Amino acid sequence: MEIPYTYEVRRDTGLTSGKIGIWLFLASEVMLFGALFASYILIRSGAPSWPRGDTILDVPMATFNTIVLIASSMTMVMAWASLMRRQFGKFRIYMGATVLLGGVFLVVKYFEYSHHLHLGEYPRTNNFLAVYYTLTGLHMLHVIGGMAVNAYFWGPGAKLYKTNPVWFTNRVEHSGLFWHFVDLVWIFLFPTLYLL
Amino acid sequence: MTIDHAATSGHLADIGHDPAEIDKHVRVYITVFVALMALTIVTVAVSYLDLSTPMAIAVALFIATIKGSLVACYFMHLISEKRLIYAVLGITVFKFVVLMILPVLTHSNGYWIP
Repeated sequence: MEIPYTYEVRRDTGLTSGKIGIWLFLASEVMLFGALFASYILIRSGAPSWPRGDTILDVPMATFNTIVLIASSMTMVMAWASLMRRQFGKFRIYMGATVLLGGVFLVVKYFEYSHHLHLGEYPRTNNFLAVYYTLTGLHMLHVIGGMAVNAYFWGPGAKLYKTNPVWFTNRVEHSGLFWHFVDLVWIFLFPTLYLL
Repeated sequence: MTIDHAATSGHLADIGHDPAEIDKHVRVYITVFVALMALTIVTVAVSYLDLSTPMAIAVALFIATIKGSLVACYFMHLISEKRLIYAVLGITVFKFVVLMILPVLTHSNGYWIP
Protein backbone atom coordinates (compact mmCIF):
# COMPACT_ATOMS: atom_id res chain seq x y z
CA MET A 1 0.00 0.00 0.00
CA GLU A 2 1.33 3.40 -0.95
CA ILE A 3 1.96 5.93 1.80
CA PRO A 4 -0.44 8.86 1.27
CA TYR A 5 0.60 12.51 0.89
CA THR A 6 4.31 11.93 0.30
CA TYR A 7 4.55 14.60 -2.37
CA GLU A 8 1.01 15.88 -2.86
CA VAL A 9 -0.31 18.06 -0.03
CA ARG A 10 -3.35 17.34 2.08
CA ARG A 11 -6.14 19.77 1.30
CA ASP A 12 -7.08 20.29 4.97
CA THR A 13 -3.59 21.02 6.33
CA GLY A 14 -1.82 22.21 3.20
CA LEU A 15 1.10 19.96 4.20
CA THR A 16 2.64 16.65 3.22
CA SER A 17 2.78 13.82 5.77
CA GLY A 18 6.57 14.04 5.82
CA LYS A 19 6.50 17.73 6.74
CA ILE A 20 4.15 17.17 9.68
CA GLY A 21 6.15 14.11 10.70
CA ILE A 22 9.51 15.88 10.79
CA TRP A 23 8.11 18.82 12.78
CA LEU A 24 6.51 16.47 15.33
CA PHE A 25 9.84 14.68 15.61
CA LEU A 26 11.66 18.00 16.07
CA ALA A 27 9.12 18.95 18.77
CA SER A 28 10.11 15.78 20.66
CA GLU A 29 13.77 16.69 20.15
CA VAL A 30 13.16 20.14 21.66
CA MET A 31 11.80 18.42 24.77
CA LEU A 32 14.73 15.98 24.88
CA PHE A 33 17.35 18.73 24.80
CA GLY A 34 15.08 20.92 26.97
CA ALA A 35 15.09 18.27 29.70
CA LEU A 36 18.89 18.15 29.60
CA PHE A 37 19.16 21.97 29.64
CA ALA A 38 16.78 22.08 32.63
CA SER A 39 18.94 19.47 34.39
CA TYR A 40 22.01 21.57 33.64
CA ILE A 41 20.36 24.68 35.15
CA LEU A 42 19.34 22.67 38.21
CA ILE A 43 22.81 21.16 38.72
CA ARG A 44 24.60 24.46 38.10
CA SER A 45 22.33 26.61 40.28
CA GLY A 46 22.58 24.07 43.07
CA ALA A 47 26.36 23.78 42.97
CA PRO A 48 28.38 25.74 45.58
CA SER A 49 30.74 26.80 42.79
CA TRP A 50 30.82 26.27 39.04
CA PRO A 51 33.80 26.76 36.71
CA ARG A 52 33.58 29.06 33.69
CA GLY A 53 33.57 26.95 30.55
CA ASP A 54 36.51 28.81 28.99
CA THR A 55 38.79 27.84 31.90
CA ILE A 56 38.40 24.14 31.01
CA LEU A 57 37.26 23.95 27.38
CA ASP A 58 38.91 25.09 24.16
CA VAL A 59 36.97 28.19 22.99
CA PRO A 60 38.81 28.74 19.64
CA MET A 61 38.15 25.11 18.67
CA ALA A 62 34.46 25.41 19.59
CA THR A 63 34.19 28.76 17.77
CA PHE A 64 35.62 27.09 14.68
CA ASN A 65 33.07 24.29 15.02
CA THR A 66 30.26 26.85 15.37
CA ILE A 67 31.36 28.46 12.10
CA VAL A 68 31.56 25.01 10.46
CA LEU A 69 28.01 24.10 11.53
CA ILE A 70 26.56 27.44 10.43
CA ALA A 71 28.33 27.04 7.07
CA SER A 72 26.86 23.53 6.78
CA SER A 73 23.37 24.93 7.39
CA MET A 74 24.00 27.38 4.57
CA THR A 75 25.13 24.64 2.16
CA MET A 76 22.13 22.52 3.21
CA VAL A 77 19.63 25.25 2.38
CA MET A 78 21.50 25.89 -0.90
CA ALA A 79 21.20 22.17 -1.74
CA TRP A 80 17.43 22.45 -1.36
CA ALA A 81 17.33 25.72 -3.33
CA SER A 82 19.32 24.02 -6.12
CA LEU A 83 16.64 21.33 -6.39
CA MET A 84 13.99 24.05 -6.49
CA ARG A 85 15.90 25.55 -9.44
CA ARG A 86 16.12 22.07 -11.01
CA GLN A 87 19.93 22.15 -10.80
CA PHE A 88 20.72 18.61 -9.73
CA GLY A 89 24.49 19.00 -10.27
CA LYS A 90 24.63 21.92 -7.87
CA PHE A 91 22.51 19.98 -5.39
CA ARG A 92 25.18 17.24 -5.33
CA ILE A 93 27.91 19.81 -4.71
CA TYR A 94 26.07 21.57 -1.87
CA MET A 95 24.87 18.34 -0.26
CA GLY A 96 28.38 16.88 -0.51
CA ALA A 97 29.74 20.03 1.15
CA THR A 98 27.16 19.68 3.94
CA VAL A 99 28.25 16.10 4.65
CA LEU A 100 31.92 17.10 4.53
CA LEU A 101 31.39 20.01 6.93
CA GLY A 102 29.60 17.60 9.29
CA GLY A 103 32.71 15.43 9.06
CA VAL A 104 34.95 18.40 9.89
CA PHE A 105 32.80 19.08 12.97
CA LEU A 106 33.26 15.47 14.13
CA VAL A 107 37.03 15.53 13.55
CA VAL A 108 37.36 18.71 15.66
CA LYS A 109 35.18 17.09 18.33
CA TYR A 110 37.42 14.01 18.28
CA PHE A 111 40.50 16.17 19.00
CA GLU A 112 38.60 18.02 21.71
CA TYR A 113 37.45 14.83 23.45
CA SER A 114 40.86 13.14 23.11
CA HIS A 115 42.54 16.16 24.70
CA HIS A 116 40.27 16.01 27.74
CA LEU A 117 40.42 12.23 28.07
CA HIS A 118 44.24 12.39 27.81
CA LEU A 119 44.22 14.80 30.76
CA GLY A 120 42.10 12.32 32.73
CA GLU A 121 39.00 14.49 32.48
CA TYR A 122 36.16 11.98 32.32
CA PRO A 123 32.39 12.42 32.76
CA ARG A 124 32.77 11.03 36.29
CA THR A 125 35.44 13.61 37.18
CA ASN A 126 32.98 16.38 38.10
CA ASN A 127 29.48 17.68 37.35
CA PHE A 128 30.72 20.21 34.79
CA LEU A 129 32.37 17.50 32.70
CA ALA A 130 29.38 15.19 33.14
CA VAL A 131 27.10 17.89 31.72
CA TYR A 132 29.62 18.73 28.98
CA TYR A 133 30.01 15.13 27.78
CA THR A 134 26.26 14.40 28.00
CA LEU A 135 25.11 17.46 26.07
CA THR A 136 27.87 17.53 23.45
CA GLY A 137 27.78 13.71 23.13
CA LEU A 138 24.04 13.67 22.43
CA HIS A 139 24.48 16.54 20.00
CA MET A 140 27.30 14.67 18.27
CA LEU A 141 25.04 11.63 17.82
CA HIS A 142 22.56 13.93 16.10
CA VAL A 143 25.31 15.21 13.79
CA ILE A 144 26.20 11.61 12.88
CA GLY A 145 22.51 10.77 12.25
CA GLY A 146 22.01 13.87 10.10
CA MET A 147 25.18 13.12 8.13
CA ALA A 148 24.01 9.55 7.45
CA VAL A 149 20.67 10.77 6.07
CA ASN A 150 22.29 13.54 4.02
CA ALA A 151 24.90 11.12 2.64
CA TYR A 152 22.07 8.79 1.61
CA PHE A 153 20.32 11.59 -0.29
CA TRP A 154 23.63 12.59 -1.87
CA GLY A 155 24.27 9.01 -2.98
CA PRO A 156 21.82 6.11 -3.46
CA GLY A 157 18.74 8.04 -2.33
CA ALA A 158 19.19 10.55 -5.17
CA LYS A 159 17.82 7.98 -7.62
CA LEU A 160 14.34 9.14 -6.59
CA TYR A 161 15.00 12.49 -8.29
CA LYS A 162 14.74 10.79 -11.70
CA THR A 163 11.32 9.27 -11.02
CA ASN A 164 9.73 11.76 -8.61
CA PRO A 165 11.66 15.03 -8.21
CA VAL A 166 8.96 16.66 -6.09
CA TRP A 167 9.06 13.88 -3.52
CA PHE A 168 12.86 13.91 -3.52
CA THR A 169 12.92 17.68 -3.02
CA ASN A 170 10.50 17.30 -0.10
CA ARG A 171 12.74 14.65 1.44
CA VAL A 172 15.77 16.90 1.16
CA GLU A 173 13.80 19.74 2.75
CA HIS A 174 12.87 17.46 5.68
CA SER A 175 16.43 16.24 6.22
CA GLY A 176 17.45 19.91 6.02
CA LEU A 177 15.00 20.80 8.79
CA PHE A 178 16.69 18.22 11.01
CA TRP A 179 20.15 19.49 10.08
CA HIS A 180 19.18 23.10 10.87
CA PHE A 181 17.79 21.92 14.21
CA VAL A 182 21.17 20.33 15.00
CA ASP A 183 22.78 23.69 14.17
CA LEU A 184 20.22 25.51 16.32
CA VAL A 185 20.96 23.30 19.34
CA TRP A 186 24.69 23.98 18.96
CA ILE A 187 24.01 27.74 18.82
CA PHE A 188 22.71 27.43 22.42
CA LEU A 189 25.20 24.79 23.58
CA PHE A 190 28.24 26.84 22.53
CA PRO A 191 27.77 29.88 24.81
CA THR A 192 26.19 27.98 27.72
CA LEU A 193 28.95 25.36 27.95
CA TYR A 194 32.05 27.08 26.58
CA LEU A 195 31.70 30.76 27.41
CA LEU A 196 29.74 31.09 30.67
CA MET B 1 7.38 29.58 -2.57
CA THR B 2 7.77 26.31 -0.75
CA ILE B 3 7.91 22.89 -2.33
CA ASP B 4 4.57 22.06 -0.73
CA HIS B 5 2.95 24.76 -2.80
CA ALA B 6 4.73 23.47 -5.86
CA ALA B 7 3.80 19.90 -5.00
CA THR B 8 0.07 20.60 -5.20
CA SER B 9 -0.01 19.48 -8.78
CA GLY B 10 3.03 17.22 -8.47
CA HIS B 11 4.65 18.18 -11.77
CA LEU B 12 8.38 18.68 -12.23
CA ALA B 13 7.68 21.86 -14.15
CA ASP B 14 6.19 23.32 -10.98
CA ILE B 15 9.37 22.98 -8.93
CA GLY B 16 10.97 26.37 -8.74
CA HIS B 17 8.91 27.69 -11.63
CA ASP B 18 9.87 31.22 -10.59
CA PRO B 19 13.71 31.41 -10.61
CA ALA B 20 13.58 35.09 -9.62
CA GLU B 21 11.77 34.19 -6.42
CA ILE B 22 14.27 31.43 -5.61
CA ASP B 23 17.08 33.93 -6.24
CA LYS B 24 15.40 36.30 -3.79
CA HIS B 25 15.31 33.50 -1.20
CA VAL B 26 18.98 32.72 -1.81
CA ARG B 27 19.90 36.39 -1.21
CA VAL B 28 18.05 36.19 2.13
CA TYR B 29 19.95 32.98 3.01
CA ILE B 30 23.26 34.70 2.30
CA THR B 31 22.28 37.69 4.45
CA VAL B 32 21.24 35.37 7.30
CA PHE B 33 24.51 33.43 6.95
CA VAL B 34 26.58 36.63 7.23
CA ALA B 35 24.50 37.76 10.23
CA LEU B 36 25.02 34.40 11.96
CA MET B 37 28.79 34.60 11.42
CA ALA B 38 28.90 38.17 12.74
CA LEU B 39 26.82 37.25 15.79
CA THR B 40 29.13 34.30 16.50
CA ILE B 41 32.07 36.73 16.65
CA VAL B 42 30.00 39.06 18.88
CA THR B 43 29.17 36.13 21.21
CA VAL B 44 32.85 35.29 21.67
CA ALA B 45 33.87 38.98 21.96
CA VAL B 46 31.27 39.65 24.66
CA SER B 47 32.58 36.71 26.70
CA TYR B 48 35.88 38.58 27.08
CA LEU B 49 34.13 41.59 28.67
CA ASP B 50 34.24 41.76 32.44
CA LEU B 51 30.51 41.19 32.98
CA SER B 52 28.88 39.77 36.08
CA THR B 53 27.73 36.14 35.66
CA PRO B 54 23.96 36.96 35.48
CA MET B 55 24.64 39.72 32.93
CA ALA B 56 26.97 37.47 30.88
CA ILE B 57 24.31 34.72 30.84
CA ALA B 58 21.60 37.20 29.81
CA VAL B 59 23.70 38.69 26.98
CA ALA B 60 24.90 35.29 25.68
CA LEU B 61 21.39 33.84 25.69
CA PHE B 62 19.99 36.99 24.06
CA ILE B 63 22.46 36.69 21.17
CA ALA B 64 21.89 32.92 20.93
CA THR B 65 18.12 33.55 20.77
CA ILE B 66 18.59 36.00 17.88
CA LYS B 67 20.80 33.48 16.06
CA GLY B 68 18.38 30.63 16.74
CA SER B 69 15.44 32.73 15.52
CA LEU B 70 17.29 33.52 12.28
CA VAL B 71 17.95 29.82 11.66
CA ALA B 72 14.37 28.82 12.51
CA CYS B 73 12.67 31.64 10.59
CA TYR B 74 14.74 31.61 7.40
CA PHE B 75 16.71 28.36 7.04
CA MET B 76 13.78 26.32 8.43
CA HIS B 77 11.22 28.53 6.64
CA LEU B 78 9.17 29.13 9.78
CA ILE B 79 8.50 32.69 8.65
CA SER B 80 6.08 31.33 6.04
CA GLU B 81 4.82 28.03 7.42
CA LYS B 82 1.35 26.53 7.67
CA ARG B 83 -0.90 26.96 10.70
CA LEU B 84 -0.64 23.33 11.83
CA ILE B 85 3.15 23.64 12.15
CA TYR B 86 2.72 26.82 14.21
CA ALA B 87 0.21 24.98 16.44
CA VAL B 88 2.64 22.10 17.00
CA LEU B 89 5.45 24.52 17.79
CA GLY B 90 3.22 26.68 20.02
CA ILE B 91 2.51 23.66 22.25
CA THR B 92 6.20 22.73 22.17
CA VAL B 93 7.36 26.23 23.16
CA PHE B 94 4.84 26.32 26.04
CA LYS B 95 6.05 22.98 27.40
CA PHE B 96 9.69 23.98 26.87
CA VAL B 97 9.17 27.19 28.88
CA VAL B 98 7.52 25.19 31.70
CA LEU B 99 10.51 22.84 31.63
CA MET B 100 12.91 25.78 31.95
CA ILE B 101 10.89 27.41 34.75
CA LEU B 102 10.84 24.24 36.88
CA PRO B 103 14.49 24.43 38.01
CA VAL B 104 14.16 28.17 38.64
CA LEU B 105 11.10 27.57 40.85
CA THR B 106 12.90 24.76 42.66
CA HIS B 107 15.82 27.07 43.35
CA SER B 108 13.70 30.02 44.51
CA ASN B 109 11.69 27.71 46.76
CA GLY B 110 14.72 27.39 48.96
CA TYR B 111 15.23 23.74 48.12
CA TRP B 112 18.95 24.25 47.70
CA ILE B 113 19.37 26.52 50.71
CA PRO B 114 20.54 24.51 53.74
